[in-house]
Amino acid sequence: MPVGKPSQWFALVRPGDVLVIGLALFVCIASAATLWRGGAPDKVVIRAGGQLYAETGLSRSQRIEVPGPLGITVIEVEPGRARVVSDPGPRQYCVRQGWLTRSGAAAICAPNEVSLMLSGGASTYDSLNY
Amino acid sequence: MTPSTIEIRPTADDARIARFAAAAIVLAVAEAAIPLPLPGVKPGLANIVILIVLLQWGWRDAVWVALLRVFAGSLLLGQFFAPGFFLALAGSLASLATLGLAMHLPRRWFGPITLSILAAFAHIGGQLVLARLWLVPHDGVFYLVPVFALAATVFGLVNGLVAGHLLRELSSAADAVTKDEPSR
Repeated sequence: MPVGKPSQWFALVRPGDVLVIGLALFVCIASAATLWRGGAPDKVVIRAGGQLYAETGLSRSQRIEVPGPLGITVIEVEPGRARVVSDPGPRQYCVRQGWLTRSGAAAICAPNEVSLMLSGGASTYDSLNY
Repeated sequence: MTPSTIEIRPTADDARIARFAAAAIVLAVAEAAIPLPLPGVKPGLANIVILIVLLQWGWRDAVWVALLRVFAGSLLLGQFFAPGFFLALAGSLASLATLGLAMHLPRRWFGPITLSILAAFAHIGGQLVLARLWLVPHDGVFYLVPVFALAATVFGLVNGLVAGHLLRELSSAADAVTKDEPSR
């Protein structure tokens, strides 16, 4: 059977077909964009003394001061990330973790009983430690 | 030997449907030999035959050929009543329903490629719905949707092009026959 020239194959594509092909590609891209977005956090959860202290969105910048038994832990939130700026604890582990960017990531200031955790999105892990 | 009391006279319709179904089954079995990265992602070459039957002989014949392919193909591959069989059946029914609607689109604007792509998407849609309800009752199955959608687009386009090409060959062959035998 003759396979024919490329122009003969293009002749088979009618105007509506182009529309349908475009629509199909759009469905591919849109589904990939919505279903494979996982890992982007959209929420910050702050706990003090085991109790929920604050739960806020990750969309706008803010500073949150959390009181604990040793003093005040300062948490900074920026769009898409959050960190512990200062903590009265002796070893400063939670401060040295720096910015948290992934869903499930947590910084725990154990001496001052304050913890910071990112959540939301399709979390890849239950929690992340550094 | 006692002559059978049941007499089956195959009509021309039966013979034609059987011929096309045989072609579809051969393609389905041949395709099963192709190694593929993901279960559910395959070219669906048998759909070329179903498209040709649909556009030449109508929806009823296409339903016959498609269902015969699902049943006989799964028997040949040892998949009869296995999960894969029900997935193929669900996909087939969904795409036949879609083709039944889409074939009424204006032919001037929408050709075999449109039908093929829509049928391919209906196929994965039917399979995913059944898989979600029965085999994998978790939204995790939808994680694979982009892969299936891309496969449906690519294979739908290729199958549609091949079906269109073969339909053109068939109609020019039919023209040649009527030219050679003007008395018919």
